[in-house]
Amino acid sequence: MCLAVPGKLIKTFPREGLSMGQFDFGGVLREACLEYLPELQVGEYALVHVGFAISRIDKEDALQTLASLAEMAKLEEQAHE
Amino acid sequence: MQRPPQQNSWHCPVPLRDFSHIVLGHGGGGRLTADLLEHLIRPAFDNPFLARQADGAELPVQTGRLVVTADSYVVRPLIFPGGSIGELAVHGTLNDLAMMGARAKYLTMALILEEGLPLALLAEILHRAADAARAASVLVVAGDTKVIERCHGEGCFITTTGLGWCKHEGHLSPDAIAAGDAVLLSGTIAEHGIAVLSQREGLQFESAIISDTANLQEIALSLLEAVPVRMFRDPTRGGVAATLNEIAHSRRFGIEIIEQSIPVQPAVRSACDLLGLDPLAVANEGKFIAIVPDAAADEALARMRSHPLGRNAVRIGTVVSDHPGHVVARTPFGAKRMVPLPAGELLPRIC
Amino acid sequence: MSNWEGFRDPEHARVLVRELQQIVTQRWALMEVCGGQTHAILRHGLDQLLPEEIELIHGPGCPVCVTPLSVIDRALALAASPDVIFCTFGDMLRVPGSRSDLQRIKATGGDVRILYSPLDALALARSHPEKQVVFFGIGFETTAPAHALTIHQAHRENLSNFSMLTSLVRVPPALDVLLAEPDQRVQAILAAGHVCSVMGLQEYPLLAERYRVPVVVTGFEPIDLLQGILQAVKQLKSGKSIVENAYARAVATNGNPVARSMIDEVFEETDREWRGMGIIPRSGWRIRKKYQKYDAEMRFPIAIASSSCSHLCRSGEVLRGRLKPTECEAFGRECTPRTPLGATMVSDEGACAAYYHAGKFQQPFPSARTHATSAAAE
Repeated sequence: MCLAVPGKLIKTFPREGLSMGQFDFGGVLREACLEYLPELQVGEYALVHVGFAISRIDKEDALQTLASLAEMAKLEEQAHE
Repeated sequence: MQRPPQQNSWHCPVPLRDFSHIVLGHGGGGRLTADLLEHLIRPAFDNPFLARQADGAELPVQTGRLVVTADSYVVRPLIFPGGSIGELAVHGTLNDLAMMGARAKYLTMALILEEGLPLALLAEILHRAADAARAASVLVVAGDTKVIERCHGEGCFITTTGLGWCKHEGHLSPDAIAAGDAVLLSGTIAEHGIAVLSQREGLQFESAIISDTANLQEIALSLLEAVPVRMFRDPTRGGVAATLNEIAHSRRFGIEIIEQSIPVQPAVRSACDLLGLDPLAVANEGKFIAIVPDAAADEALARMRSHPLGRNAVRIGTVVSDHPGHVVARTPFGAKRMVPLPAGELLPRIC
Repeated sequence: MSNWEGFRDPEHARVLVRELQQIVTQRWALMEVCGGQTHAILRHGLDQLLPEEIELIHGPGCPVCVTPLSVIDRALALAASPDVIFCTFGDMLRVPGSRSDLQRIKATGGDVRILYSPLDALALARSHPEKQVVFFGIGFETTAPAHALTIHQAHRENLSNFSMLTSLVRVPPALDVLLAEPDQRVQAILAAGHVCSVMGLQEYPLLAERYRVPVVVTGFEPIDLLQGILQAVKQLKSGKSIVENAYARAVATNGNPVARSMIDEVFEETDREWRGMGIIPRSGWRIRKKYQKYDAEMRFPIAIASSSCSHLCRSGEVLRGRLKPTECEAFGRECTPRTPLGATMVSDEGACAAYYHAGKFQQPFPSARTHATSAAAE
């Protein structure tokens, strides 16, 4: 139920007076309402939950987290050698 | 592929062309039924058995053991990315026979049509079924047509019987399975289920996910001739999870699979994530599982990969003496989790 | 970045687990609040990777599980009404009411539709003006914005045949009640990341201080969960009890103010009953008077007489973290996903269902860790 999935905004369009976006979820395209992220730009990522984009995802932060983990793994490997 | 009959080229005093949709009369056994048979159904399948217009088909004697299978197809939508209920009905039946080690030769096809079904749609479905049968060198020798009252207006339900002959010496069955045997999968999973669901769920794909519906006769039977096989099974409804649980049901052994070895196309995996589905629980229509002795696994895989339908064949696990009756998956994190029999109710009809 | 696979990378997980193993010195009990987190932990077998000393207590963050019986019975009554198209998330389909469930109502002729988004219910209302369309709006703070905007939009379009049956709950008041119980064992909280992406962090410092528990906002991927656990344990070890955000890529300290203001426009706080936990003050939302027209409870005043569910069911204790599913006598016997006695077995995010699907009704493999209290399952 808290199933929120990260998607990349591909394009925006209006429907019934609401701001909508088409999102790319790893090769799957689906639309979601953009009313809660009025400043989200095409190319940026957001968490989508029950057809609504609810939070912007900071891609830099994500990449950084993964990079630190990769770095730690390397350090550990070196420590064992 | 033959085009469906053009409606304005029929020569009949009570022409089908007066109707664009199936009406109750088409199932009445009278004029309209005869028209449907003569101008739509028989031309689609076009073979000497149907041409005789008898109540049944007299079939020549064959060598080998006779294997019979029965199946029903109720998929919605009737046409989906990569196929239709037509091909599904033919391939699904042939595949059941192939899983028994039998070469299919004849099919029967009974249609239950809903009042309101567009004739053009029916024609399309029948021609796809006929093409699939022709490509498999299988004849549709008998059938039936009934019409029921309108519910949703686009219903077409197909029931088949398949007849095949098995020349293989041994019997393919879970009874033959022993601890240590290899569990092989012929290719990427979950495509049929996702292709069918995608329309309902408003999903589109960058590169289309299409149903994998396919005739497995050649790849399975040629494998059977080359290596010892304990058994085959095709993971349709309920996916690989259901199939493996069924195989382990006897409780003489358990099955352990390696999650990371299961081949899934990236977009299919994303779609499963989005819909909250486990790819192992999603239906396939052109894949099979083969259980073979461990020593035969490498050669079996090489054989499968040499066939277009088996390019991504892979070993996904092993039969074990632990946890008899259960299927366990080793997660990429090194932990183990059960792979339960899927509940399945939330999916729309997909087979 | 397309599949965010890095957050499921086993190598990265190993790094975090090794760090955990190095710093753990004593037994600690952590609560992951959200059912989605429970489900992810068991699905990937993360509980098997953790050092023995770390115990995970499963929280009440499963909106399906905490929806009161009377609300479900009301939903069933509406779904069975002839002129109603009853729309729901798939999760609610098999939750048992006093006498039936939505799946059975559907099978006997009720027009029950499973939808992905509440906005789809508006589309149904537009295309079926002759019917009443009711949406079953359950959820936590993560979902409240979706329901709020849907009602707001219905109001804008003056859609007279649309209404919503709401059961919206808020996490912090429930945590307050749980942590206040005298013999409770939770020492740190892994807060629900997606709830916080909407609400921000503002309600947690008070909890951290009042109960002296570290609160770490945690995501749902394996790496996120292990990271959250690691940060919580580090705090426990150093005696700290502050709020930390281990899901910063998706959670801003201030959450989503636009979403919160729409929630505030359409809903007002109210006392809510949590199935298995009783009434918790100010723990939910109800539709404001201004939008009352779209409240299905107002539009369809039906008298509901709920009888209690199976006496064997102990889902309330499970939700409060007092009982592990394996400690319940009915678990795996009378109560299975096919024959559920309570909501925690029906919902995919319920702890009982998560345990069952992870195979814990039987322990076929030696690597599954057990605690002393789980011996009852064997």
